[in-house]
Amino acid sequence: MKISFTINGQAQSVEVDGKTPLLWVIRDMLEMKGTKFGCGKAACGACTIHVDGKAVRSCSYAVKFAQGKNITTIEGLSQGEELHPVQQAWMEEVVPQCGYCQPGFMMATAALLKEKPNPTDEDIDNNISNVCRCATYYRMRKAIHRAAEIQANNA
Amino acid sequence: MSEKKKTTSRRNFLVKFTIGTGVLVGMTYAVRNPLRRMLYDNAEVLLQDYAIGDSATAWFEITAENQIILHSPKVEMGQGAFTGLAQLAAEELEVDMDMIQVVHASTKGRPVDPRSTGGSDTISSMWNPLRELAAKMREMLRQNAASILGVSPSSLNLANGTFSGDGKSLTFGEIVQQATSWEEPEEITLKPAKDFKTIGKPVPRIDLKPKVMGDPIFGIDVSLPEMLYGVVIRPPKIDTVFVRADTRAAESMPGVVKVVQEKDFVAVVAESRPQAEMAARKVKVNWKTNKNWEQQDILDLVKVGQGEDFLIQKEGSKVKEEEMIAAEYSTSMGAHAQMEPNGSVAHVEADKAVVYISTQVPKFTRIQVAEVLGFEEEQVEVKPTYLGGGFGRRLNTPNAMQAALISRAAGKPVHVFFSRQDEFQSAEFRPPTHHTLKANLSEDGMVESIEHNVSSGDAGFGSPIIPPAMETILGADIGAWGGGRINYTGIPNIRVYSWRIKLPFSTAMWRAPGLMANTFVVESFLDELAHQAGKDPLEFRLAHLPNTEKGETIKKVLEAAAEKAGWGKSLPEGRALGIACCAEIGAPIAQVAEVSVVDNEIKVHKVTCALEVGIAINPDQIRQQVEGGIVMGLSASMYEKMEVQGSKITPTIFGPYRMATLKDSPRDIEVV
Repeated sequence: MKISFTINGQAQSVEVDGKTPLLWVIRDMLEMKGTKFGCGKAACGACTIHVDGKAVRSCSYAVKFAQGKNITTIEGLSQGEELHPVQQAWMEEVVPQCGYCQPGFMMATAALLKEKPNPTDEDIDNNISNVCRCATYYRMRKAIHRAAEIQANNA
Repeated sequence: MSEKKKTTSRRNFLVKFTIGTGVLVGMTYAVRNPLRRMLYDNAEVLLQDYAIGDSATAWFEITAENQIILHSPKVEMGQGAFTGLAQLAAEELEVDMDMIQVVHASTKGRPVDPRSTGGSDTISSMWNPLRELAAKMREMLRQNAASILGVSPSSLNLANGTFSGDGKSLTFGEIVQQATSWEEPEEITLKPAKDFKTIGKPVPRIDLKPKVMGDPIFGIDVSLPEMLYGVVIRPPKIDTVFVRADTRAAESMPGVVKVVQEKDFVAVVAESRPQAEMAARKVKVNWKTNKNWEQQDILDLVKVGQGEDFLIQKEGSKVKEEEMIAAEYSTSMGAHAQMEPNGSVAHVEADKAVVYISTQVPKFTRIQVAEVLGFEEEQVEVKPTYLGGGFGRRLNTPNAMQAALISRAAGKPVHVFFSRQDEFQSAEFRPPTHHTLKANLSEDGMVESIEHNVSSGDAGFGSPIIPPAMETILGADIGAWGGGRINYTGIPNIRVYSWRIKLPFSTAMWRAPGLMANTFVVESFLDELAHQAGKDPLEFRLAHLPNTEKGETIKKVLEAAAEKAGWGKSLPEGRALGIACCAEIGAPIAQVAEVSVVDNEIKVHKVTCALEVGIAINPDQIRQQVEGGIVMGLSASMYEKMEVQGSKITPTIFGPYRMATLKDSPRDIEVV
């Protein structure tokens, strides 16, 4: 079936089986590789994107549900050269090690900061449940607080 | 003092093989056997094939835009290798970090790592060779600059990639555009440590920006024209082999291009990955399971006393049976669970093959692929990519062999990756271990004798990183017993035995050779002994450490961690401190954990860590590795557990395979 949506500000249409996970449409049909495959069962968050501003684990989200929606991936998080506050904070705190899971974490954090611009440690614990095997969690927590600060300063 | 060096012959670039340091240090005991002694003495000759290429121009590429590209034979898996190597090179080339890029060296025309990236020796093994190569490159550039400008080489000054003298100047980029030949200098001088500008600085990781932008840098991100997607149907159980498959139903599924049946596996090739996955479910495979395995069978197998034993440490006499204190420990099998699943993209043509892969062993991947295709090694090019985690999971790459066969059968480039379930079910696991410890205490509460027996499946043996010749030299698998020796050699009587058992599944290194289980066990037992003796765990450790250089360093890090953590001071209600140390891989380390019990589970609030690494190339990278290591170790010791049920591995998904996440990680980590 034909499915149309907006991704990172661009209108897109794809001809695909509607049950196909959105992750593979983004990665292999639209050739945007920043959204990662981690488990295929929505258990790790490596594939987190935004659909209409909400964090969604795209490996378990059938593409047919994306019809008419507004999608943002890590490639669309920054505004051109200007990094998103979450990316700035990730740079400042030097969070990534292998880096594979980081786009998912940054997308989950960006969505959290929209809902809770100044999250507490408990908010972070309750909302960011992605998996990072390099265990960069200590810096991640600092970076999430720092991103909130940057976002507040920009406002 | 600066070091003057004759330029190096090939032999001088004999970079220590992977777990080189550990192996050689650890062999003190093994080499008492005369046969092993002889082999050990000749190890360098036996391992000549493992030399890294020493041509500076193979390592460094200089662009007209005045950028230096370092082709690294070591891979970047998160450990910061590229950043540390760039710092070493920048120092000798006299350039700022922003002039250096690091890429993975292709196995074609670029330096090939003789062994692996692993065993924590990337920086220590490259410390000299890479600085020498960079100095050589610098002198070759100087020679060319001098002849282009018509001045003497020694009259040229070098600063940030530009030679100047006599009112003229040339950048590296300008030199390479005009140079016609490169001559290796006869002698090079390495910079003295006091002049270091980049080494020792906490510069940000050079791969930071691409990783924050989500750039396509990993193996799974590789995309080639006309590429197809392959799914290998992997055994659903351990100790199980492929017999044959009925593929008819799969062949007519949407998008399927071909079903490839080889002698030991079957795979579906389709236009997209979801199509290949759907069709793979329709393949009816006839598997042969040799034996039904339950968890108890594995536990019975991994008991000290089973299999072959090997003495790895011996001082004085044995533990006396009378008034002996004994303890028994076991650790479960574990998954690497690295976030990027294994896999590769292979493109095989009539007389050549290219493989893109996240591998810790590019050279062995090339050997494996060449062998399975019946090619010469030179016909295979391995292009390593950034690794989405390594931890030992990519020290063996049979998946590249499968991808190559699938590509050859399909006649197209093929992208073949594991599902997460396969990653858990058909992986190479951290071997389960069993330990028995015994000791005698004297009347004044000192340890008179101690014995540690560790039983484990293989971790290094059987993998490409330890060639079979080395197995004979080593006798016992350092991958299994690493960290199992007793560092408290103030104790007069010590015995440590390693027991080797064969498991019905593949096992591998897991973020260190054997260190995790062995350190946990030995340090826990020390606490039991301190408790029996009624002594403070810190004082008890200090009292049993020798006055050797190593012993003094361990004391220093223990005291530093204890002081910083407030050892002996009052703590908030319900909190307690624990201390432990480890001294493998040449970097003694001590940690103090502040914990409490919340809902019957241990909660780690703060970890204070002190370590001594010698020359720190990049203090922030060390800190980053320590932070990650602390949480990964905490995760493994408190949460992670796999079992065998009806020959199946369980669990096979994140969540049920519980790992530490943000909420479990200590809010406070201090590194001194």
